[in-house]
Amino acid sequence: MAPTDAGFPEKNVMKFSKLMGWSSAFCLGATLLQAQETNEVEQLKQQLKEATANFDRVIKEQRQIIDSLNHRLDVVQAAMTNLPASAPPVTAEQEQKNRAAAEEKAKLEQQLAAELGTNVAPSMATPAVPLAPAWTPAQPMTVARAGSSYMNISFDTLMVVGSSTAHDPSAQLELGDHDPIKRGFSLRNAEIAVDGAVDPYFKGFGNIVLKLDQNNQTSIELEEAYMVTTALPGNLQVKAGQFFANFGRQNSQHPHTWAFVDDPIILTREFGPDGLRSVAAQVSYLLPLPFYTEAFLGILDGQGGTSFSFRNPGDPDSQGVNRFHGRMTIDRVLEGPQDLVYVPRLASSFELTDQQTLVVGASGAFGPNDTGPHSRTEIYGVDMYWKWKSAHANEGFPFVSWQTEGLFSRFGAAADPTATVPGPLPAENLHDWGMYSQVLWGFKPHWVAGLRGEYADGDTGAFDANDVFRGQRTRISPGLTWFPSEFSKIRLQYNYDHGEFFGDQHSVWMQFEFLLGAHGAHKF
Amino acid sequence: MKLRINKLGMMLLLAFAPWAAQAKLNVVATTPDFGSIAREIGGDKTDVNMLARPTEDPHFVDAKPSFIVKLNRADAVVEGGAELEIGWLPRLLDDARNTKLESGAPGHIACNQGIQLMDVPTTLDRSKGDIHASGNPHFMTDPANARIVAQHLAEAFIALDPKSADTYQANLKKFTGELDAKMEEWQKLLAPYKGQQIVAYHDAWPYFARRFGLTIDLFLEPKPGIPPTPAHLAEVIMKMKADKIHVIIVDPYQNRKTAETVARNTGATVVDVTQFPGGVKGTEGGYIQMMDYLVNAVAKALAQKP
Repeated sequence: MAPTDAGFPEKNVMKFSKLMGWSSAFCLGATLLQAQETNEVEQLKQQLKEATANFDRVIKEQRQIIDSLNHRLDVVQAAMTNLPASAPPVTAEQEQKNRAAAEEKAKLEQQLAAELGTNVAPSMATPAVPLAPAWTPAQPMTVARAGSSYMNISFDTLMVVGSSTAHDPSAQLELGDHDPIKRGFSLRNAEIAVDGAVDPYFKGFGNIVLKLDQNNQTSIELEEAYMVTTALPGNLQVKAGQFFANFGRQNSQHPHTWAFVDDPIILTREFGPDGLRSVAAQVSYLLPLPFYTEAFLGILDGQGGTSFSFRNPGDPDSQGVNRFHGRMTIDRVLEGPQDLVYVPRLASSFELTDQQTLVVGASGAFGPNDTGPHSRTEIYGVDMYWKWKSAHANEGFPFVSWQTEGLFSRFGAAADPTATVPGPLPAENLHDWGMYSQVLWGFKPHWVAGLRGEYADGDTGAFDANDVFRGQRTRISPGLTWFPSEFSKIRLQYNYDHGEFFGDQHSVWMQFEFLLGAHGAHKF
Repeated sequence: MKLRINKLGMMLLLAFAPWAAQAKLNVVATTPDFGSIAREIGGDKTDVNMLARPTEDPHFVDAKPSFIVKLNRADAVVEGGAELEIGWLPRLLDDARNTKLESGAPGHIACNQGIQLMDVPTTLDRSKGDIHASGNPHFMTDPANARIVAQHLAEAFIALDPKSADTYQANLKKFTGELDAKMEEWQKLLAPYKGQQIVAYHDAWPYFARRFGLTIDLFLEPKPGIPPTPAHLAEVIMKMKADKIHVIIVDPYQNRKTAETVARNTGATVVDVTQFPGGVKGTEGGYIQMMDYLVNAVAKALAQKP
């Protein structure tokens, strides 16, 4: 019962080569036997003659089979292309027939579009190529394919075009580093991602991001480069290198998996334009419970702009002095383990029904900040993700998902008596809070409608009027995304923004994405 | 700080605490076709869990956290090995931190072993749609392949759990015996329709077509993973009319409305099919019952004159 169906044409070849082999053996035998008695020679001669005649006959038969197959192939191919084998000029009658067929097809297409409630798609939808062409020896041989290379490699590009009532959207509205930075076109995320098994003990991941600034200058950053253990006992896993801290849901996701064009306001406030990431180590433990529960503890170096609310030198003012929330920063050097940033997280998941999954989590981030020698920051967050997916999901559609994160922070800002904007700044605790909630509805294969609402606020600080990262803000963003395939998307999004310091603003953005190569699977 | 250390210590203790002795082999199958055969072979010596539901598109299963827990506790994972699950399984296995399921370990059972995959692309080019680099992964629709998988599963289970070897051998013998008897019946049922054409929604049926001498090379999708468009459907309809094709097969997760529209325009019959036991009513009993349903449904539809 093993699949032997492919053996049909091979059988003839086998017969033929067997015959060749036998006849050559025969010839050799005849030569060796030359010294034998003459009547035997005569006998052999006779046999040889017969064998040769037989051989010629078989050759002739095979030639006939080949000719007839060739002829049949010509006929069949001609029938397939609707042209006679000898290809005489197309008659007027034939031409008319062709035209009638084309008209019928166009009519049918319109009718189907109406029946299915879709638009007649542009040329992309009408591939004139034959379906699944058969392999021929003329086709090139395979050079590389998944599983034959030591790593997955992919290249993903996000581009945005759009406009805003704000003269410079990046000044106050779009504070994330991958958000659109200006009216017109921006390309803020072209990432090269690699991943693979290092050896039996580790997996490795790398993410290199290229961005174009307002002046189209390219900047490059090593967004992530880390290894993860695969063979630790006791349900433990250790991650080490540069990576996004596992705080909440979106912080550790790459921009091309986001449901909206831009980063939620509260995340840019707490974690800065780049998200919270640092050279770090993280240990995680899968708890022995009947439902998914995982505990994480990240220990981050926490220095620099990507550890925004921690040992971040801030940005230089007009005098070239580094400031953060208005305060002059000091370059704090690690004095002990208390100066690292600790990021604990606990996440659980429940299958509410066969079609509904819920993930809930709580996270924290604790560490020093650079406004004074003893100043510290605490950030707390809760998050939840709920998803319903049809039991008859086609390519994962239809689905409805709901994601919400809420954050609260206390930033211990040290006093800066030398500050001039707006004047000497006192030591104060800056409390910030905010949340975003987004619902996505994958209403048919490859189409997702989304709505996001956001709110962020904080208590009043002495520097607030000059601080784009503080003050009350709300934002409503409806969006519509079309995925032509798994590897591309086109997204239209509108933002209504209201801010304490900038009033009402409106923006419309259109985002394009394409992904090349093999990209590692994503988390739920 | 002290509190944190105590907590961590407790967690570590829990982690190393020995599990209650588990007598049964804990097996997780990615899709219900492998799962059902694993159940046949494993019998009462195994606990078989399945990840994908029989009614959902196996290419796009969510990597739910509950799957991590299942895989974490499994003695073996049974997967296709032909990239059908590439969008969700690798990540789950990474997070499951179960060395028994490592690629190459006896507990990682790839069902494509020993099976000649069809339609292996010679060049990788996504302008042709979402093609599978290692060949068409829907190989279980040929019962001959199911037989190979059953044999492979029995060998793998024996390697993992030698003391139940006799049971696995006996179950294998029973399963293949039934399958062989049914195979003859199925081939007889479809023999009158040799060479007949069927339209499918997605290119998931080359193994079924080859086994039973049918031709399934016209699809409602213009290219794998690209949803049907009116222009392409118009072409399909014209070809169906020209070649007198009168059967369209649709999986439970595919858009039946599209197939019905084409059927209305061609007078064809839409047949609900599945590659997974439980995917359509009357296939819940396992792989053989599912194949039985498939062959009978297709034969019945082909028997009707257009």
